[in-house]
Amino acid sequence: MADSLHVEVRLRVNGRDTVVRAHPMARLLDVLRQDLHLTGTKEGCGEGECGACSVLLNGELVNSCLLPVLQADAASITTIEGLSQAAGELHAVQQAFLTHGGAQCGICTPGMVLAAVSLLERHPNPTEAEIRSGLAGNLCRCTGYMRIFEAVLQARRRGQALESSA
Amino acid sequence: MRAYLPAYDLRVPETLDEALSLLGSTDPWRPFAGGTDLMVLLDAGKLPEGRYLGLWKLPELRGIEDRADAVVMGALTTYTDVLRHPTLQQDFPLLCRAAEETGGVATQNRGTIGGNIANASPAADTPPALLVYDAELELISSRGRRRVPYDQFHQGYKQMDLAADELIARIIVPKRPHRWTQYYRKVGTRRAQAISKVCLAAALDVDRVAGLVRDVRIALGSVSPTPVRARQAEAALRRSAPDAAGLRNAQQALARDIAPIDDLRSTARYRLHVAQSLLAEGFETLV
Amino acid sequence: MFFTSFTSFMSPDMPRLVGQSVPRKEGRAKVTGQALYVDDVTLPGMLHGVTVRSPVPRGHIRGIHFGDGLPWDEFTIVTARDVPAPNRVVLIMDDQPCLADEIVNHAEEPVVLLAHADKMLVEKARRAVTIDIDPLPAVHSIDEALEGGTIVWGQDNIFKSFLVTRGDVDSVRDRDDIHLVLDIEYETGAQEQLYIEPQGVIAESTADGGITVRGSLQCPYYVHKALVTLFGLPGHKVRVVQMETGGGFGGKEEYPSLIAAHAALLARKAGRPVKLVYDRAEDMVATTKRHPSRTCIRTAVDRDGRLQALDIDFIIDGGAYCTLSPVVLSRGTIHAPGPYFWPNVRVRARAVATSTPPHGAFRGFGAPQSLFALERHMDIMAATLELPPDEFRRRNFIKQGQTSAVGQVMREPVDMDQLLDRALTASDYHAKVKRFAESNPHSRVKKGMGFATFMHGAGFTGSGEEHLASVVDVEVTAEGRVRVLAASTEIGQGTNTIFSQLAADALGVELDDVEIVQPDTAAVPDSGPTVASRTCMVVGRLVETAATSVKAALIEQGALREPYTPATFKDACARYVAEHGPLRRSSRYQPPPGVHWNDEKYEGDAYGTYAWAAYVAEVSVDTTTFETRVDDFVAVQEVGTVIHPVLATGQIEGGVAQAIGYALYENVVWRDGRMANAQMTNYIMPTSMDLPRIQVFFEERPYAYGASGAKGIGELPMDGVAPAIANAIAQVTGTMVCRIPVTPEALMEEMLAPIDG
Repeated sequence: MADSLHVEVRLRVNGRDTVVRAHPMARLLDVLRQDLHLTGTKEGCGEGECGACSVLLNGELVNSCLLPVLQADAASITTIEGLSQAAGELHAVQQAFLTHGGAQCGICTPGMVLAAVSLLERHPNPTEAEIRSGLAGNLCRCTGYMRIFEAVLQARRRGQALESSA
Repeated sequence: MRAYLPAYDLRVPETLDEALSLLGSTDPWRPFAGGTDLMVLLDAGKLPEGRYLGLWKLPELRGIEDRADAVVMGALTTYTDVLRHPTLQQDFPLLCRAAEETGGVATQNRGTIGGNIANASPAADTPPALLVYDAELELISSRGRRRVPYDQFHQGYKQMDLAADELIARIIVPKRPHRWTQYYRKVGTRRAQAISKVCLAAALDVDRVAGLVRDVRIALGSVSPTPVRARQAEAALRRSAPDAAGLRNAQQALARDIAPIDDLRSTARYRLHVAQSLLAEGFETLV
Repeated sequence: MFFTSFTSFMSPDMPRLVGQSVPRKEGRAKVTGQALYVDDVTLPGMLHGVTVRSPVPRGHIRGIHFGDGLPWDEFTIVTARDVPAPNRVVLIMDDQPCLADEIVNHAEEPVVLLAHADKMLVEKARRAVTIDIDPLPAVHSIDEALEGGTIVWGQDNIFKSFLVTRGDVDSVRDRDDIHLVLDIEYETGAQEQLYIEPQGVIAESTADGGITVRGSLQCPYYVHKALVTLFGLPGHKVRVVQMETGGGFGGKEEYPSLIAAHAALLARKAGRPVKLVYDRAEDMVATTKRHPSRTCIRTAVDRDGRLQALDIDFIIDGGAYCTLSPVVLSRGTIHAPGPYFWPNVRVRARAVATSTPPHGAFRGFGAPQSLFALERHMDIMAATLELPPDEFRRRNFIKQGQTSAVGQVMREPVDMDQLLDRALTASDYHAKVKRFAESNPHSRVKKGMGFATFMHGAGFTGSGEEHLASVVDVEVTAEGRVRVLAASTEIGQGTNTIFSQLAADALGVELDDVEIVQPDTAAVPDSGPTVASRTCMVVGRLVETAATSVKAALIEQGALREPYTPATFKDACARYVAEHGPLRRSSRYQPPPGVHWNDEKYEGDAYGTYAWAAYVAEVSVDTTTFETRVDDFVAVQEVGTVIHPVLATGQIEGGVAQAIGYALYENVVWRDGRMANAQMTNYIMPTSMDLPRIQVFFEERPYAYGASGAKGIGELPMDGVAPAIANAIAQVTGTMVCRIPVTPEALMEEMLAPIDG
């Protein structure tokens, strides 16, 4: 394959700086999965519809299947792998998904968890309507979303409990 | 991913001059903004092969300027930017509603108003709002700048008053007296992440003392080859009494303003009927 | 001993895990993104495969052309000529070729396979292959199939038919006591499973001439059988491993056999591993969907509102090849009379062939189709009789001791009245019906209530479980680890977790002491396919009995004495293994006593037991846009013992959500036998904004022959949602609502029809 068009792209992924050589139009999704072996980011549709490929780009939720890697140059990216602490402590949202049945088959889960994290950053105390609209770009075929809403509400409570005990 | 990447190139100029000179070159580059439409085509193997020009490093295309007489949005203004802007929230609720109903959060974070316009989909969510607000576009090329009233910009299905070397630089929405009341409804395939089947935006100014419609703007999406101003329906309402007879005339006129079709998402019959019903709902809400 | 009541599995000094919502076994791997799905795996030297498909629904293949500009000698290319004879995917009729040879019978039928190390190049190559086909006439509807003008399968386009008769339907309508005879036709559309992980496998040849396949699949032994037959290999040379699977819903029941065969053909020819993963567009356009159906129901009711006769003509569209249509048809047929007692019944059922890709397994498996028709019909009958729909049903519910249409005596308790009471109370049904009747005339958005009462037979239909004769092994290691070996797959529904609960309870150990061995035909026995709501009830029971045998062995050999703690259990395992070697026990399915099905007569105990349910939908219909929204939903069901409340609730909620899609949004647009809206943008599944609150209630009545008293649960919620919603829409709009999905476009046409003349 002709690599002559490839460019160097600087990415800060899960807190670590890295440089990848890739076609500038390569999807961020493929760079994450194939070049950086971060396979926690999933592909469900390749048309920006299902949200399974969601990552945080400079703190904002994006579909990595719709992002040419060059658009992420110099950006900071958080994937599902970057969410939990190294010691194995789960993020409050991950823990809530685990406890309250937010994950079934698990394929939408990484994107859904990141969408929930992004939602709670924008709305630390979300209403049900805010939860629904905040997750509307992430499709789940297993749960009917009810356990996911519950998990987000519980993660919020847990987050508040941590804050008040701090 | 069905595209063959070696058949594509993507360059990101640092300055507007460089961008405009590349656009004006004999073998031109095509503009690429947020990517939320073009990347869908790329994934499906349907994006025309060739050279693309990433616009995201050009500060001239960014920012929302709140002037006394208008709000001026850079073409790269995202839906999220629109939703966060206090003046747009207060004075241009139709645009905010449209932004809110475009895709999910991830799409709103990346998709741009300029891209939404230049993609020229008849089903795009923001154009009806922009038409109601009498928006103008500022186009830029190495030949200079010009302004185009937005309702003259779309000329046919995917046909625009936009030369190959031109970019949409800014979108200008003039401020109006506050007495206008406003209506927006997108009827999509579902409540979120939906492509519209019919979308109607309207603003109405009623002289309550005289009991007459002083002025009106009506625009629709998904019912014509382009987003469309319903000028005949507007004419039927303008300077008439805001009553049932006036509405009936406007509904009949609306049928002449639009040309809906059957497609994967809906039917021509549904689109016509619902467009007329939305006009009624809007009218009754606003009067 | 085998049929000991479930309570004997309780260890007195251990809190029972059954009934507790313990954390999902593989949940941590899923929430951290560590769980490995097939597309996450790359093998050394691996090629990427693609499938070139028929552009037309039916025709003679004249030639295959490989376009200019591609280095074709670098590609592995497989056509029908490379497929060992007979070129078939083994299932029921063995009529489906691995790759079309000479004739294509449906749009998107696989014809050529390509593989190359460069994923983008192979995608480019796919577009460069042209299949030259002389078109033949195709069949695009149930009517065309039955008319027989064009025969596309067998002698008459009919894959399978059943006739159920009980009593004498024909003489009933002339009886003096018959008050109402009603004859109505109902239709249901195709539905895409739309698991979020598309289908895919990786195949590799092994040094001994065998083949190993890893993939996203529900039934490892189905794939195993298909490959063993196709390649003529001994069983031990074919190995099928299930990877983490991102949803199935039936869509990964039979179809993976075809993809696995394709990948294996490529891998054997290339001598390198081949990954064949579909993208969304290919998955939607090429793989199976729920069978579209048409049901004509004619009923006779007496003056007291009692059902006297049911005459049904039930037809499902099977697509171009038989695949699972006979068994889908069977379940649909047996469920068609619903949870009612009918003195006279005739069900004539047919699965017909058309020129679409084969329709296949999807949660509910025929029952959602026939139950939609019946439950809609029940409401229409009630309205015609001017009886409240709940009262009409109460007069006719089947009761313990009564006999079903296929001659099954209901020996288990049935209390539909109680379920309906609870559902109507929880939804505030009667008060809302009254309130909406008052408010609707003043509102553009009109509200309504509707419900459905129904059942779902758990486990394989008829003698299916006996034929399967499923096996589960449980073993213990010297370290005291308990290993459950079964081919039943975790596809999101919670297999790993409930098996752990059941094994841990049976052995009196901690949950973490139990390991669920990855389904791998080289390592686990055949516990049957992961389908038919059978995994918990049937296979879970085998987990319990195998674990109990392990415990018995430990006790018999003096290694373990009751009462014991998890710690002393570990010591016992160490002692046993040191003295006697590995300890592993099997359990094989045996039917509950007195359960018999006669295949020839199509009669008897169709299912060991049934789950029963009453679902209520509260809807709004916007008369401006004809959009229907479900505002609230109540699901009450009797499912035996609930093993894991959170998982069980999640199953119901997810099923209700999928069925709301079936009822309102999910419309496959067919053009010339091909799905035209094969994108997630244009095939509309519900988002988080589209679903109501879903309230789930369980009645627990332990079933003596299910795992810890459990019945099947997975498919049940698919059955009753669409008719509940349709009944509510009909109540609001006064229209017939005989077809789903009830799209706004369809509802508009129905509501405007009288005005338009």
